[in-house]
Amino acid sequence: MDTHDHHHHALPLSMYIGVGATLFILTGVTVVSAQIDLGSTANLILAMSIATLKASLVALFFMHLLYDSKLYAFIFSVGLFMLTAFIVITMFDTMRRDGIYDHRAVKIQQEAGFYKDIHEAAAAEAAAVEAAGDGEHDAPAPAAH
Amino acid sequence: MEQVVAIAGEEHHRGHPALAHHFHDMEQQHESIKLGVWLFLVTEVLLFGGLFCFYAIYRAWNPEMFTQAHQLLDVKLGAINTLVLIFSSVTAALAIRSIQLDRPKQTAMFLVVTLLCAATFLVIKYFEYSHKIHAHILPGELFAYTHLEGVANPHIFFSIYFAMTGLHGLHVVGGMVFLGFVLIRTLQGTYSSEYYIPVEMGGLYWHLVDLIWIYLFPLLYLVG
Repeated sequence: MDTHDHHHHALPLSMYIGVGATLFILTGVTVVSAQIDLGSTANLILAMSIATLKASLVALFFMHLLYDSKLYAFIFSVGLFMLTAFIVITMFDTMRRDGIYDHRAVKIQQEAGFYKDIHEAAAAEAAAVEAAGDGEHDAPAPAAH
Repeated sequence: MEQVVAIAGEEHHRGHPALAHHFHDMEQQHESIKLGVWLFLVTEVLLFGGLFCFYAIYRAWNPEMFTQAHQLLDVKLGAINTLVLIFSSVTAALAIRSIQLDRPKQTAMFLVVTLLCAATFLVIKYFEYSHKIHAHILPGELFAYTHLEGVANPHIFFSIYFAMTGLHGLHVVGGMVFLGFVLIRTLQGTYSSEYYIPVEMGGLYWHLVDLIWIYLFPLLYLVG
């Protein structure tokens, strides 16, 4: 707990093995729980809760935040708090934009190779339909699906 | 007298050879360096934080697409890599413990195991990446996988997947370089219970790499 009146004490081996085993078990729990369909939001919250529990174990025990000077824990917490504020405030913004910015995906849809294929196939098909006034249908139809 | 000697810029007559002249003692040096490492780790969290925000925005905009696109990832490989990284975190922590107990040979052994785990992680990642590259499951406009019918914008998920796992993979490589350096210095007999801050720096960095993966794995492979 105190870092100044003695030299660094090594922590017992059993702590490292116990925490490691717990992390292994929690990994199994998160994989299994994700196979159960609780609804998208509930699954996300459950998976993030388990991840946060695992991350806390790593930070508190393996990174010694529980045993070292509390200054390190404070600095790390401030960083995590800032990150949380960053994401939460961004979400407030981005989830309320639809009225002013509803073409967010259009540019990517026009440029991605996947959509180029689809657009080309659609254009070729349209051209074929137009040319098929006299019945013959031979649109190339590249593998769009 | 001590101060006069220090001001004159001469060598310390007291203390460990690794003690820099601007620190009072090893303890102060150790705590100061560790403070710097934690500040660095915060900058790393914020670096990945930008990508986590990227993920949050696009998932909120395309919940259906995330659910379907993430099924192209192999949960088994992701889970194995998670266990490999957690195991390597245990061995990295034990490497520090061993040097605190003045057992440099044990430290070297644990560092070797950590490095082997890191290499295993990268090999599995390589197989995952090469499978995706062959199937044209690529980020952004390179995406040309055509077997996801009725899913709008799946390339966005893979932009996020490659950006986040790619940056994480670079951190794994960086961690291996630093831990490799620490291993060599350990074998040279540089470290002891009095001076082992580089081992601890490598360990802390390695735990952060593990910590980020602990979030990446469920976000990308499980709940997409």
